[in-house]
Amino acid sequence: MAAAPNASARPGDGGSASAEPLLVVDDIYKQFETPEGPVIAVDHISLKVMPGEFLSVIGPSGCGKSTLFNIMGGLLDDYQGRVSVAGETVKGPHASIGMIFQEESTFPWRTVIDNVAFPLEIAGMPKAERHDRALHFIDLVGLNGFERRYPAELSGGMRQRVSMARTLASEPKILLMDEPFAALDEQTRLLLGDKVVQIQQQLQQTTLLITHNLTEAVQLSDRILVMTYRPGKTKRIVEIKLPRPRSSEIVGSDAFGHYVAQIWNDLREEASRGLKDDESRRAERRR
Amino acid sequence: MASRAFFMRQVVPILFGIACLLAVVVAIELLIRLGAINRFIVPYPSEIAGSFKRIIVEEDVPARFLLTTGEALAASLMLTVVGISLGALLHRMHLLRLATETWIAAVASAPLVLMYPLFLVIFGRSALTIIMMGFVSALPPVILKTLEGLSTTRVVLINVGRSFKLTPSQLYWKILFPSALPTIFVGVRLGMIFALINIVGVEFLINFGGLGQLVNELAERYDLPGTYAAICFVILVSVVFFIVTERIERWLRPGT
Repeated sequence: MAAAPNASARPGDGGSASAEPLLVVDDIYKQFETPEGPVIAVDHISLKVMPGEFLSVIGPSGCGKSTLFNIMGGLLDDYQGRVSVAGETVKGPHASIGMIFQEESTFPWRTVIDNVAFPLEIAGMPKAERHDRALHFIDLVGLNGFERRYPAELSGGMRQRVSMARTLASEPKILLMDEPFAALDEQTRLLLGDKVVQIQQQLQQTTLLITHNLTEAVQLSDRILVMTYRPGKTKRIVEIKLPRPRSSEIVGSDAFGHYVAQIWNDLREEASRGLKDDESRRAERRR
Repeated sequence: MASRAFFMRQVVPILFGIACLLAVVVAIELLIRLGAINRFIVPYPSEIAGSFKRIIVEEDVPARFLLTTGEALAASLMLTVVGISLGALLHRMHLLRLATETWIAAVASAPLVLMYPLFLVIFGRSALTIIMMGFVSALPPVILKTLEGLSTTRVVLINVGRSFKLTPSQLYWKILFPSALPTIFVGVRLGMIFALINIVGVEFLINFGGLGQLVNELAERYDLPGTYAAICFVILVSVVFFIVTERIERWLRPGT
């Protein structure tokens, strides 16, 4: 088991020494103004993601994970620091970054194939060609036979796979996922995790996953960045040295359990702080 | 198996609806015959059914039906185009929305039909007055529902569009508008009801052709079965509009 404490594995240390990082998050600081005063959502977080790497960001609820996701995806501005892709600063949504959201995000008025072909349609690709491309990605996420169905006719897990295929169809260099399986049951979550690993290996897709699910993070990642509870800082980065290719079967192994326990030790402290903070705020409101 | 499912989903509700309607008609017939309902206020449904042929032939119902339908269609097209455009404008211009939304809601509940003398002065005693009355009185629900539909588009869908670098125009036509369509159609249907009520009402008041005038004339002749039969034709106009809008909605917004 290789757990990297703060001193030995600083943010952005992952990947081979020779390759250039594809995604660089440099000293990001974001503060929100609220009626109760300013809240620091992200406090000077830095990280580097290498090409083909799978990095997860894990932290308790309210630690600023989704804020970080939105900053990296170019959906939030007015922050300090810099996000760059292959050396190019990200200012607003970037063609090299594809995003998969936590909430159900398929277009209910479009069939599966039209949902998946959406970014290609925006790019101006002719209909026949974009449908051919879309079929490839529908096949990749295992939804063959459902091309002409509408999202209302699919299960939650299938809809999330449609969202994934739609984002992959835009062929981003980096895939950002914000708790994409949060609304799904544990079994579907594990099986979809297998699918994500398989796709990530097949496409050698650089992937960044935001999650609060320990099992999911360890199952999928090369490295895991553990965040502190408010303000959201890097607590430490853990390198996951489990063999690849991985599947959900690995969940039962001792090594897997050790990683989960180790990260939980870090996370427990932060989650407890979050819980206490929540309770005290509720008590204050009641007063 | 599939045909049985289709029968259960499509045909059975229609048959059940017709059966309910027939049951109500039979119940009213019985209540009148038993003296529970005054037959000089509500005629026998069987008499109303018998008077259809008479008023179609003697009162030129097809021409009147087409006139009222044409006026309602013109008003509906105008209120759809203008109402949706104004709703979209208010959605884009926040200050304008804050300044006018309450007023528009207040206009929606105002009895605008009482303004018909003003419209007569402006547009003359013509079909245009009737169309404009229908249009103006039906505009607020279309504006308000368009605004509501656009404003309640799920943020995640907008973020998906932004992540694919959609232009503001693409974001509107590819995401906001289709997402808002069900709510917009609720507004359009409400608007059509308002428009038809006002159109028939003004036809009635200014005695200018159409089914409204026919209802007026038959009522003044105290031809109760004929009056109720004419009202049934007004209901038929409404039903036709509902079916058409439902088809258009399904065509524009499949999958729901």
